[in-house]
Parts: sequence; C-alpha cells; structure tokens
Amino acid sequence: MKKQLVIIGGGPAGLAAAVAAYDAGVRDMVVIEREEKAGGILKQCIHNGFGLTRFKESMTGPEYAQRFLDEVNARGIEIMTNTFVTGLGTDKKVTCMNESGVFTLEAGAVILAMGCRERSKGALNIAGTRPAGLFSAGTAQKYVNIYGYLPGKRVVILGSGDIGLIMARRMTLEGAKVECVCEIMEHSSGLRRNIAQCLDDFCIPLYLEHTIVEIKGKERVESVVIAQVDKEKQPIPGTEREIPCDTVLFSVGLIPENELTKETGLALDPHTKGCFVDENRETDVSGIFACGNVLHVHDLVDFVSEEAEVAGRAAAEYLINGDSEHVYIPTVAGENVGYVLPQRAGKGKDIKLYFRVRSAFRNAVIRVEAGEMVKTYKRIAVAPGEMENITIKAADFADAQSIRVSVTREA
Amino acid sequence: MKVNFDVAVVGGGVIGALAARELKKFDLSVVVLESAADVAAGASKANSGIVHAGFDAVPGTLKAKYNVIGNAMMEQTCRELGVKYIRNGSLVVARTCEEEGILPELLFRGRQNGVKGLKIMLREQLAEEEPHIADGIAAALYAPTGGIVCPYGLTIAAMGNAMDNGAELLCGFTVVGAVKTGTGWQLVSADGHELTARIVVNCAGAGAEQVAGLFGDTFFRIGFRRGEYMLLDKSVGTYAKHTVFSVPTKAGKGVLVTPTVDGNLLVGPTSVEEDEYTTATRRAAFSELRQKASAMLKEIPFGQVITSFAGERSYSDRHDFILEWGKPGVFHAAGIESPGLTSSPAIAEHIAEQVAKALGAKKNGDFVPVRRSMHWFKDLSAEEKNRVIAQDAAYGHIVCRCEEVTLGEIYEAMRSNPPARTLDGIKLRTRAGMGRCQSGFCQPSVLHELMTEFGMAAEEITKNGGDSRIIVGGEL
Ligand SMILES: Cc1cc2nc3c(=O)[nH]c(=O)nc-3n(C[C@H](O)[C@H](O)[C@H](O)COP(=O)(O)OP(=O)(O)OC[C@H]3O[C@@H](n4cnc5c(N)ncnc54)[C@H](O)[C@@H]3O)c2cc1C
Repeated sequence: MKKQLVIIGGGPAGLAAAVAAYDAGVRDMVVIEREEKAGGILKQCIHNGFGLTRFKESMTGPEYAQRFLDEVNARGIEIMTNTFVTGLGTDKKVTCMNESGVFTLEAGAVILAMGCRERSKGALNIAGTRPAGLFSAGTAQKYVNIYGYLPGKRVVILGSGDIGLIMARRMTLEGAKVECVCEIMEHSSGLRRNIAQCLDDFCIPLYLEHTIVEIKGKERVESVVIAQVDKEKQPIPGTEREIPCDTVLFSVGLIPENELTKETGLALDPHTKGCFVDENRETDVSGIFACGNVLHVHDLVDFVSEEAEVAGRAAAEYLINGDSEHVYIPTVAGENVGYVLPQRAGKGKDIKLYFRVRSAFRNAVIRVEAGEMVKTYKRIAVAPGEMENITIKAADFADAQSIRVSVTREA
Repeated sequence: MKVNFDVAVVGGGVIGALAARELKKFDLSVVVLESAADVAAGASKANSGIVHAGFDAVPGTLKAKYNVIGNAMMEQTCRELGVKYIRNGSLVVARTCEEEGILPELLFRGRQNGVKGLKIMLREQLAEEEPHIADGIAAALYAPTGGIVCPYGLTIAAMGNAMDNGAELLCGFTVVGAVKTGTGWQLVSADGHELTARIVVNCAGAGAEQVAGLFGDTFFRIGFRRGEYMLLDKSVGTYAKHTVFSVPTKAGKGVLVTPTVDGNLLVGPTSVEEDEYTTATRRAAFSELRQKASAMLKEIPFGQVITSFAGERSYSDRHDFILEWGKPGVFHAAGIESPGLTSSPAIAEHIAEQVAKALGAKKNGDFVPVRRSMHWFKDLSAEEKNRVIAQDAAYGHIVCRCEEVTLGEIYEAMRSNPPARTLDGIKLRTRAGMGRCQSGFCQPSVLHELMTEFGMAAEEITKNGGDSRIIVGGEL
C-alpha cells in the first residue's frame, strides 16, 4: 500500500507533526501507534504543568494530548492504533503488524516519533538480590494512574529525573511513605519546579551524591543500602546506611527508542542517542524526519510539539516541492554544553538551537560563535535538566564554517 | 488428585525435568515435585548455557562420560523439544606462555574423553575467527562441538513434553519428610500434602543433601559456589562468535564470554565459595568480570549491560556427579554441577534406565517425543506470521516491544504445559520483559493477562511465587 506520509508514533510528537503536515498541504497520511490509544506517555501523566510555555495555561498530560488529538480528528487524519512497526527501510518502506496481519506501507516520507523509554535498573550494576518491588518510575506511574494499583507502601527512589520526582509526590498522596530520593550527581536532573513541588512541599529528603549500593530482600524488597559517592561516583566506605522499604523506583534517565532507527541504518548522535538531523529535523536519509523524544529527550512537551511541527512542515515541503539543496555547517557543543540540536544547520534560514548544559550553576553566560560573529546571552541559572534555546539569524552565520555554543560562569 | 505414583522425581530443574521425560518413555506413572512456583528455579535458570565439548573433565569421571554423551544428544533433544540450540564452537584462549603450555594438555585430555575435532588455533586464524580477541593472546584451543543452549527453555520444554505424555507436576511441593512403606516411600510436603511412590529420584540440586537425609542417606555433602554474570544487549550480541573461555584453573572453568541463543552477550561467571545458598550479586563482581573478560576480548562494550544475575553451583564432596542408588527405592542424581546442563540428556536417560530396570517397566508405545513448539513468532517470515494471525488475531498484538512478544505467545505460555502462573514464568517462556527495558513497558500488561486468565486479584500476582508480590499497596 502506498502512503504519502507515514508517522511512526502517536504521542505528542507524532500528533503535532501530523497536524502541521496536514496544514502544510499533505492529505494522504497515517499515524501508526502501537498502543490502544494515541497520546503516548502523556496518558499516564495526570499531574498538571503541561502547556505552560505553549498555551500559557497549566494542563494535565491527558488534557494536553487531547488538544492535539482533537486537532487530528478535526482534520480527519487516520490514526492506526494497536499497530506495531517492525521494520523501516531507507527506501521508506514501513513494515507494520496488527491483528489483521503483517503489511508494508510504501511511504513518500516518514516521520519518526517513537518517543523514549526509561533506562532500566539492570544497566546500573547494583549489587544484591533481585526481588519483586523494583520498578522504573514510569512503570509505577502506569500502575497507579492507569490501573489504580499502589505498588508499595514504603518507597526509596533512585535518581531525581522528573518522573521519579512526580512519583514521589504521587505515591505520597496515595498513602505511601517515600523515604528519600537518592541522586548520584551533585545536582538533580529534574526540573527545579518539580523539586520544589514534589519533594520540598512533602518534606521528602533529596540526597545528592548518593546512590543505592545494595538491594536486600528475598521475595519482596526489604531494604536498600545507600551510600554517599566521591568525585568518581564511587561509594565512600563508611557512609553506608540501610533504609527499610518495600519498593524501589528507578528514575535514572530516558533513552530515545531508536532500535528501529538503528536497524534502518540511520546515523545516530552518541550524545543525544537520537538521529543526526538538520534544521528541518531531516535525518541523513532524505525524506525521513525525526522529532520529539526519539530525537533527543525533552523536559517539556511544549518543545516537543514545536519540534514536531518543524518536522511536519518540512515533510510536507519535501513531499510537495521535493528535496531542496542545502549548504550545511555543523553545530558544535563547546565548553559546558552536552549537545546542540540540530547537529547541522542549513545556510540561508534563521536557526533555533536547542542545547543542554553539562552542570548546574548561577549567573551563566551563553556564548554563540559563528565565524566572525560572537553573541552572548545571560541566564540567571542553568541546569542540565532544563533545555535552553537561542535563535540565530541567517545573516549571522552566512559566512561561518560552524556554529559553536558554550556556557560559562559570569566573570 | 492422584496420590500413588510409580516414580516421584524431587526437583524440577533440568535434570528432574528431562528425567521425567525419559521416564515417560516407559510405562510408568511419574510425578515431579518442585518446591518453587515454577520449574527451572535453581541452577537450571541461571547458568552459562554452554554445551561443553568435554575437554575439561578429568578422564574416567562421570562428568567426562556424561558430558561427551550429553553433548552428542543435545542437538536432537533440542530439536524434538523446540529449544534454541546453536553449535557455535568454543575457544580456550591462552593469555600467557604458561597457559599456552596447558592447551596441548587440554587437547590431549579432550581426545581421551572422546571429544572430536579439537585443534590448536594460532593468532592469525584466531583474529580472523574472533575479531575482538585481546591483543596479548597468541593461541587457543578450538572445540567445534562446543555449543550454546537456553537452559531454562530446555527445562521448561522437557517438563512440558513429559506432562504432554502424562507426567504430573506439583509446584510448591517442598519435600520435607519421607516414610518407608511396604512398596516404596511416602513423601510429605512442607504444607502437609502426602503422596507415595515406588521409586524416588532425588534431583534436588542445592537441596539434594537435605533430601537424601530424609531417606537416611548421608553419604555425600553438597557445597555451594556462586557464579555472577552480566548480560549485554542484543545490539552487541555478536561481539563474540564463539564461546570464549580462559584456561581452566582449580577454581573451575573461569570467566567466559559468549553469545546466547537469544542473541545477547553473556559475561561470567565468577566463582565464590559460600556456606549458604544465595543468588545475590556482589558489588566486587562487576569489576572482576570486566577485568577478566577484557583479558580475553578487547573493548567489550560494557555500557550495554542490561542486567546482572547470579547462579549457585551445588557440587558434591566427590567433585563428581553422584548418580547412584541410596536406600532401597531411592536414586540420587546429586552434585550435578557443570557440565551438568550439557550432560542432562545423558544423565536423564541413565536415570530412566535404572528406574525402569528396577521396576521391570515396559516401553511406553504411546510416547510422543516432539513438543508442539512455542512459536517464537518474531522469527517467522511475514507469510507465516500472516497465516498464524489469520487463525488467531492475538498473535498480531505485540505486548513486549523490546523482544516483540505477542499476546498469542503470552496466552500460549499460560495454557500449555507447564503453565506459567507468575511474571517470571511468562518471561522465561516468552522472553517478555527480558529485553533492554527489562519489563518496564510490558509488566503491567502481563500482570493484567495473568489476572484475567487465572481469575486472580492484582495483589495475588507474584514475580516468582511465595511473597514476591508485585502490588503490595492495595487498589486505589
Ligand atoms: C553459575 C553456573 C554456571 C553453569 N554453567 C554451566 C554450563 O555452561 N554448562 C553446563 O553444562 N552446566 C553448567 N552449569 C551446571 C548446570 O546449571 C547444572 O548442572 C544443572 O542446572 C543442574 O540441574 P539440577 O536439575 O540438578 O538442579 P537445579 O536446577 O538446581 O534444580 C533443583 C530443583 O530442586 C528443587 N528442590 C530442592 N529441594 C527440594 C525439595 N526438598 N522439594 C522439592 N523440590 C526441591 C529446587 O527448587 C530446584 O528447582 C552451571 C551452573 C552454575 C550454577
């Protein structure tokens, strides 16, 4: 079967991309979603705080998703749910499977919007037993918010990612006792507002530079041993402390779900763990675009939607007017910057650069260098948990060989 | 429930399960008594999964004998049972001149044991065969008959096939008492159930000494040695093509690096003497494994570790398998440490012959050796998938996205012998939850399917029986 545009993933990225592509003129398209309903991970994020940037109002996850779903439905865009994409070729053939069987869609353009998954506890090499009661924070969130089960009553959380912070509050509200949140870094990877609203407001201690060194319990978790870590992130002998608990939640990072992409053979950036893209969010294979958390992990869905619209419009442009000629220059992560996205910038258009700092500090100066041009921007505070962005005018990098972003402390 | 059997097998590990299957080749009623909630709860769940060639065991031992016979039987056994098995070949790599000197010794020992095709491979060929081989390695012993198998897959399939042929399985039956009767033995479980058997086969692994003691047999002791592992993601599953061993020492075969039949990369095991049975992992194990594995293969991508685990070796004080009669009507298969998995088809055959002879049993003409195989749906061609989905739409619905396990396979795991009733049970049969996200996405769905299938409440679903409940905070 032929389809002009196939969007893989019906989360906020896929939905926003679909609307944008439709509004830019594409009609023959489908959104493929493996779950029963579109909306992605937002379906289980029943807390509020979504949409503050984009809509200037605070919505819950399902409300935010519904806004886009309504837009999709109003345009009559097809969403194929309960359908799993098992393969994607560089020829843009998309292999799918659902209860009617295995079939292939021959797409004119593809937008990857598969989202991300949580890093599992298994990757952490924690010593001890492997009892019941160990959950990634998102799994616990699904149990509580979708199924209505409280996984446990006495909880220790490892990692201060946003889902972990949100779940600290959620489990507390449902009657569990959250003993503490341990974070191995010297700063939290979560949003500052979440630390205030989810931990501080409930007097849940956040132990920075702490980790779990051992899990105990035969059938169900009985306790964990936590310890302080040194500069090399190694536990400091003598600082161990045993905390009784029946549940451990892991909120230790999110990883773009790029298994499909890897099989396709698209180039991936080791820093973002997502595709290598240009300002249109086009990957190294023309006609294949990527957006949302599959491209790089966002902390706010508002930016996911924005990015998806870029990809949706670009895919429409590609389908309607064909591939355009580009002159690219690389973007470079300089001092104290983890990554810059997009990884390459096409000349002749203004570009909005998204980037993350490596460590948290106050009175920061962002410095953007492109050939002769040097611009600086002040920030009261920066943190790795909060993505920054800066827009550069086309004229400012017209003659440059690269665009470098660095962040330093104000002198 | 039937309470009088010809044969009771104590222990549902690979030895007990395959023994039950072999016993069903005779006209005998057979029950397997397993204390855990599922079969493959002990050593047969967590081991290296290597089908050893047989160059390592001391000539003349039972280990040497059954290793070589078992190795030769493994392929057909796995084919009949639909178990994943690959003959990928083994390499024993020498890291020092001293170790190089041991290779011919191993080769000679192997030939004495009847191992075919052994040869010494030099650096040039080695580097070609195994591209990531560490720089310092000059030679290796190559054993083409070395292979890999899924150990719990074999155990589950053997039990399933035994049950399809009429054997019974009682999980949660911990044998704690034995009383001599006129015709055999009465066995008592921890929760007070009783049954009788004319012959009891002790395949209780770590519990074999205790079980033997119940019959008054005290002629062997069981010791424990823990082995810890790291499992790496499928994306690096081909980092080693062969099973790469270091030169064995007194402490055992040492750390190895191997692909698994499911396409992961496995590094381990350590070797830690224990007073008590434990499968916890130690923190020190991770650095030890990295270091030892790195001496064999260079730049192993340890960033791709998806989980770590440990298994406990139960060895006898003879440091050989114990396969012999104790008190009348009691046969012990104890101290089955490595190469026990490899030897299991041969040991099981031996057990069944012994028992059948003692009972004067005839062959069972109705025995069907082939188990209707689980689908491994993911590996089917598109046409085959469509055929299966057309018959049952549940196969078109993926539940575990990392391993692409379908709802149809989950149903199958709960509905075919031996039925899965726990999350781990589903995982071991289907691989749902075994992938890179380690069940983060699919666990709630699998829990839900278990609840629906068995009419249980969320709080009754366990990881692996006992009090390993998943939900302990109640319903909201
Ligand atoms: C770390 C490690 C690595 C290994 N690697 C390899 C390898 O690569 N190749 C190889 O060939 N072999 C290997 N082995 C050896 C192999 O795993 C064992 O030989 C084999 O699994 C033993 O099977 P079993 O059935 O005897 O024991 P188990 O699998 O331990 O089964 C015993 C069962 O008995 C049950 N039980 C105990 N007491 C009672 C009771 N009182 N009542 C009821 N049930 C009871 C237990 O719950 C358990 O399920 C390895 C072993 C270990 C530990």
